[in-house]
Amino acid sequence: MDSITAILKWVEHTPVAVFVQHSSFSFSALLSVHIVAVALVFGMITVVDLRLIGVAGRRCAVSALCREALPWTWSAFGVSVITGVLLFTAQPVKYWANDAFRLKFAVMALAGINMLVFQLITYRGVARWDRDTAVPWAGKLAGAISLVCWIAIVAYGRWTAYLMM
Amino acid sequence: MIAFVQWLQGSPWSLAVRQISWLIPLMQTLHILANGLVLSAIIMIGLRAWGSRAEPLGERVRRLMPWLWAAMGMLTATGLVLILGTPRRTLLDKTFQVKMLIMALALVATVALAAMLRRRAPDSVSAGQVGGALAAATLLLWLSATFAGRGRWIANFIG
Repeated sequence: MDSITAILKWVEHTPVAVFVQHSSFSFSALLSVHIVAVALVFGMITVVDLRLIGVAGRRCAVSALCREALPWTWSAFGVSVITGVLLFTAQPVKYWANDAFRLKFAVMALAGINMLVFQLITYRGVARWDRDTAVPWAGKLAGAISLVCWIAIVAYGRWTAYLMM
Repeated sequence: MIAFVQWLQGSPWSLAVRQISWLIPLMQTLHILANGLVLSAIIMIGLRAWGSRAEPLGERVRRLMPWLWAAMGMLTATGLVLILGTPRRTLLDKTFQVKMLIMALALVATVALAAMLRRRAPDSVSAGQVGGALAAATLLLWLSATFAGRGRWIANFIG
């Protein structure tokens, strides 16, 4: 047994994991909250992405829109991480072997890198294109990548459940 | 109702939805995405009503309402395909009926909110206390409708 499987087996036997495994109510409740939280992350991030791409809200300043949308995005993301971790503990070995689950995390990593590049490099010059000016191509690209990634994350999440059955 | 559900279950349309293995997860994915868009559109309108000044009230409502309606259209279309695929699990389910009821209320609240904010705009900068409260109520109703959609766990819990 390799070390990853050993860790997953250990996770499976922690008290929290055992609780989630044996309470069908908590598993369903966690899944419901997880889905709504992920939907919210997607929805709020789309507001910013569409502004960056130039499809919506062109008369609203990018920085103002980020200030409005990002606290909601991060809160929803926090909720989806907590519920996601708890759901994972219920069947860690099975999730780890699930291709859709792995792809979901690969895309999430991509979305994370995209966000970091945007925040640390592109967004620094936001004052130059905050409003009434076209967003530079790097910003548009970041918006498009983010949008595609989050659609894929939701889709792989749903397919994860189907491959578990 | 049971006769209708049986007829629907046996109809070629329902069979087709069930036979294409990827159709239901695809519809669920689109349903979840549309759900996110509805919630975020309500939140964006709500944020303006709760004190954000990122853009004029009238403009915010005007530019978000088409997105909201489009997302609701997508929710309805994908929802109908999902009902077609699992008529028994939806139409005969008590929690599903609760969901439909909450959804009707959410729809009324949304229309009322849009009408009220449109009337206040463009001369008003503030949505007023009633506008803010109505926006919060609308968001809560949509969240409730979303949770009620996965309501079988509530039903299991209660009894």
